[in-house]
Amino acid sequence: MIEFVLNGRTEKVDQVDPNLSILEWLRTKMRLTGTKEGCASGDCGACTVIIGTPDPQGNIRYEAINSCISLVGNLHGKELITVEAFQQEPGHPVQRAMMEKHGAQCGFCTPGIVMSLVALHANREGTTPDDHRLLEALSGNLCRCTGYRPIIDAGRQALVQEWTPGAAHPAAGLGGGRSTGELNAINRDSISLQAPDGPRYDAPVSLDELRALRREFPDSRLVAGSTDLALEITQQLKTLDHMISVERVEELTGCERQGDELVIGAAATYQRFRGLLSGLWPAFDPMLERLGSLQIRNRGTLGGNIANASPIGDMPPPLIALGATLVLDGPDGERRLPLEDFFHGYKQTDLKPGEFVHSVRLPVPRANEQLYLYKVSKRLDDDISAVLGAFRLTVDNGVVADCRLAFGGMAATPARAIGAETALKDQPWNDDSVTAAISALASDFSPLTDVRASAGYRLQVAGNLLRRALLASTSSETLMVTGYA
Amino acid sequence: MRKLPLNTPTPAHTARGLAGHSVKHDSAWKHVSGQARYIDDLPMPEALLHAAVGHSEQAHARILSMDLEAVRHYPGVVAVITANDVPGHLDIGPVFPGDLVLADNIVEHIGQPIFAVAATSHEAARKAARLATVEYEPLDAVVTVEQALAQQLFVRPSQTQQRGEPDRALAGAPHRLQGEQHVGGQEHFYLEGQACLVEPTEDGGMFVHTSSQHPSEVQKLVAEVLGLPIHDVQAEVRRMGGGFGGKETQAAPLACVAALLAHATGRPVKYRLSRADDMVQTGKRHDFYNTYDIGFDDNGLILGADLMVAGRCGYSPDLSDAIVDRAMFHADNAYYLDQARVVGHRCKTHTVSNTAFRGFGGPQGMMIIEQAMDDIARHLDRDPLDIRKLNLYRPGRDTTHYGQTVEQHVLPELMEKLEASSDYRQRRAEITAFNRASPVLKRGLALTPVKFGISFTAKHLNQAGALVHIYTDGSIVVNHGGTEMGQGLYIKVAQVVASAFQVDLERVKVTATRTDKVANTSPTAASSGSDLNGMAALDACEKIIEGLVAFAAKHWSTPPEQISFSDNQVIVGGQAVPWETFIQSAYMNRVPLWSSGFYATPKIHYDPETGTGRPFLYYANGAACSEVVVDTLTGEYRVVRTDILHDVGRSLNPEIDIGQIEGGFVQGMGWLTTEELVYSDEGRLLTTGPATYKIPAVSDCPPDLRVALLPQSPNREATVFHSKAVGEPPLMLGIAVWSALRDAVASLTDYRYSPPLDTPATPERVLGAVTASQQWLTKHRKTA
Repeated sequence: MIEFVLNGRTEKVDQVDPNLSILEWLRTKMRLTGTKEGCASGDCGACTVIIGTPDPQGNIRYEAINSCISLVGNLHGKELITVEAFQQEPGHPVQRAMMEKHGAQCGFCTPGIVMSLVALHANREGTTPDDHRLLEALSGNLCRCTGYRPIIDAGRQALVQEWTPGAAHPAAGLGGGRSTGELNAINRDSISLQAPDGPRYDAPVSLDELRALRREFPDSRLVAGSTDLALEITQQLKTLDHMISVERVEELTGCERQGDELVIGAAATYQRFRGLLSGLWPAFDPMLERLGSLQIRNRGTLGGNIANASPIGDMPPPLIALGATLVLDGPDGERRLPLEDFFHGYKQTDLKPGEFVHSVRLPVPRANEQLYLYKVSKRLDDDISAVLGAFRLTVDNGVVADCRLAFGGMAATPARAIGAETALKDQPWNDDSVTAAISALASDFSPLTDVRASAGYRLQVAGNLLRRALLASTSSETLMVTGYA
Repeated sequence: MRKLPLNTPTPAHTARGLAGHSVKHDSAWKHVSGQARYIDDLPMPEALLHAAVGHSEQAHARILSMDLEAVRHYPGVVAVITANDVPGHLDIGPVFPGDLVLADNIVEHIGQPIFAVAATSHEAARKAARLATVEYEPLDAVVTVEQALAQQLFVRPSQTQQRGEPDRALAGAPHRLQGEQHVGGQEHFYLEGQACLVEPTEDGGMFVHTSSQHPSEVQKLVAEVLGLPIHDVQAEVRRMGGGFGGKETQAAPLACVAALLAHATGRPVKYRLSRADDMVQTGKRHDFYNTYDIGFDDNGLILGADLMVAGRCGYSPDLSDAIVDRAMFHADNAYYLDQARVVGHRCKTHTVSNTAFRGFGGPQGMMIIEQAMDDIARHLDRDPLDIRKLNLYRPGRDTTHYGQTVEQHVLPELMEKLEASSDYRQRRAEITAFNRASPVLKRGLALTPVKFGISFTAKHLNQAGALVHIYTDGSIVVNHGGTEMGQGLYIKVAQVVASAFQVDLERVKVTATRTDKVANTSPTAASSGSDLNGMAALDACEKIIEGLVAFAAKHWSTPPEQISFSDNQVIVGGQAVPWETFIQSAYMNRVPLWSSGFYATPKIHYDPETGTGRPFLYYANGAACSEVVVDTLTGEYRVVRTDILHDVGRSLNPEIDIGQIEGGFVQGMGWLTTEELVYSDEGRLLTTGPATYKIPAVSDCPPDLRVALLPQSPNREATVFHSKAVGEPPLMLGIAVWSALRDAVASLTDYRYSPPLDTPATPERVLGAVTASQQWLTKHRKTA
């Protein structure tokens, strides 16, 4: 059985199919139809709801998520806030601004947009979010009618207005970010959810329990944020017989510096590790901003991005470039390997039955180290990369003392460009050596043509990204359209 | 007799929310609070079943056998039907035959429905529908426009519009250029996917809740597939979660399938498409292959043009005849072509049947002449804006290649104003200087016009009906044949009614569109919603007012000319009677308080045999100036600023019109930039969801977006309060972005070379244009 708070009231759910998404549960079991299905793949945001996650001190982190690809088992011990919490007129400042600015036309995406903006409003923490944060909060909400201008205006207007919910308000927690009595009364233990004679979902809270479950059920599927796994359910119509969630295992959700290493837990969400990671390597920040949407980054985890072994996962190339070590854990204990050795082929990894990704360890930056991260996709917001280039260079007195060049989208796995690295190493960091490295890329990779880009484009851009890195290291020119005012 | 304020100046604003005011959408609170109901949100009737269909896996094939046993035995499945189970018409083609509700023997595109399932849950129906074993004998499949042109495979005969002797003009012109382009299609991506809920009625008919722009067609086709008279079927549309043309004909097949399943089971059936099924199964904007051959003088004035537009229609005609017609009608966009020929081909391919999409072929036609404008400018080393302005329709050069005279010359002045307000010339100079100094990033600028013909080109569709009821407390209901898809039609028509009676808008309510209230309605399409339905509602009001004035004249013994409506009162001579009191008296005196209204657009005619006529009552106009910045290393770009000046006549609701303009512009920009439909060589759509098909997201909205309505520009035609249609025309403002991208890339050759740039202009295609420009430069340096 799972327990959670829905719009201020405790719900107990037992004997449901854990393949059910939160959206499906809301719409079909509760007949709460304010939350909409636009795509069932986490790409449009019409299903956006707010999840409140308590920490041990009783503070609640409120985040907008895609309910269409979040599974119902994930709700245990959390607070779920839907648009139905805001059906008393005159409504939240966000709703009033959306009406005044004509921010809704057909209205179908609107509840999701309202929830994204309400989440941003709740997370103001005494400051008014700037346009940058506003656009980030909306990057996962598609609107086909308005062209967004009135929605942006509505956001600007609402964010400077106060809103204090009464204690009886269904979203009272958003006022102070403190958990309610109902939430505190829910147990923090491991849970298991099972449909009658049907699929099962376990959410252990300790590493030992996780190891034990993996030993007992090596064929079970591991799930964290389910931003990728849930697509098997909603898009391929699969039924997953047994899922084991890692997201409540505290040892896996952290992110901290340990000596000369940054250690990121496999179940740490992007939002959780983004600050520390970008603090050490500022190049991550603009890249992470374009990785999925805020809703995805609130749920997606580093371990998930690595373990699903997609050739276009955005985190492996930079982590490979930085020389990351992957820590795997399982019934036979822990083992470590360089991240690039983890990927064997398309969606094939070194993970053995019963094993799971524990964490990633990154050596902190050394002197003279430069990191360039470039993501190329059709659309700026929430798009999958055609090519992602990640280059770590150490240039001493104008000579490339060390370099690691990794790419996504260029092969069946995220991969290093060994030939290009060789062409650059111990050479002057200049046009000639970069041109030689670009030529070497053609032997390093034979990329595919697919819906995102042609092989020719991928190869041309991969080379041009190296050229951009050279230009960026020697010039103060703005080189990217994202940086252009 | 009192005259309506039809051709008067702006209606007096004595009550709240009348026409001309920026009133918020009638469902605004319901939208923001999640209380607006779409089809899937309706309370579920008892014993509801859910529908799904099995799809063809072949682009063109004969079905040899179909084993549906596994489908029938899947838990929850209640009924499985095929073409053999259709009691009435199998063909549900909206205009011409060719669309079967379920395929019969031959399949003609991947994704074509071949059988249908009703099950006790949405999930069970979808899972069961995947379990069929179908044996196909593959037949030759044609996938692209070029293949269809090579094989002369068309869904409808090709058409030609010609004036004068274009060949002679081209041969004699001082300059002559030829060009070609591929213009991509577009998925509607309405946020609410296709959906309907069909309930059997007590007398053997069906009641259909549908998300459709054309409830009358849904009604008619459901009746036809069931073999029922039309009056046994009724359809209702409260609202759509977006339409954009995608729910003009494409909602009906779903309703027919659901009705067939409801008929087979005697139970209500809901049928909603998952996003992927929606993208695979329903038609999209036609992609086009266009060519031009244009002759011009030293100044760039066009002397003759030979244009060809060829659209990919897919496997059936659907609306493609009219869509390619409209592409032909708009191949001139805003320019006088002089001696001209426009040929339009309706190419048949074994892909989904393409359909209406905001602009209805017009945008695709305009693209060819806008490419030519840029090319002429580069050829003559002139600013493209000068060439565009030079060739605009003007008095004396005012007749289109299909013989309609442009009577209201809005654009010459509108473009001058936009040129000034956007600082075009100054920014042009700044951009040229920036591009010389910037090694990687290049900026581009373009100012392009839109002239869009308003009226259905199928003349009979230019009619509308409405019902207006006044109840005894003075509250008013208006119901009309138009549908609400977010565009604000309901509120605009309510404002028209409030204006007619001069009462507060809160007194007027618009109710769901239903085929048993107003019959034989036209689709809400062709930007005609408020033009047609606003006028029909006004006609109903006029009839009621006629009776009310006659009553008041007699009742209060006052001459009719001394009776007027103002500020929630009826002024009878020197006496002001409050609206409620007046209505009460009228009711007690047995005066009719409700009426129907009707409107048929005047003046329009077109002869397809000669390719001439006046297909449009008037033209809507606008222009956009867009600035982009392009990364010449990757082809990535951003729109940094857009200025728009648009002509909506005298606006019924300025903020709602601006919403249409901005939304249309961004949708048009998306069509020409990031929205890419990718098909395999076998004709399989590969971009079947928002993960791979990228409509504009929030960061794509130009950070500097300045939109204004052209002031003091009432429609010269007698439209409702002299407003102009606004639904489709702004989409084509997005062409400015594409032209600006070409402009940015042309800077690489100092604007001497006009790089080809097919659409959608994805970063990959933009980089291709960059590479082509660099190669041109290398070649011309060598030969220099």
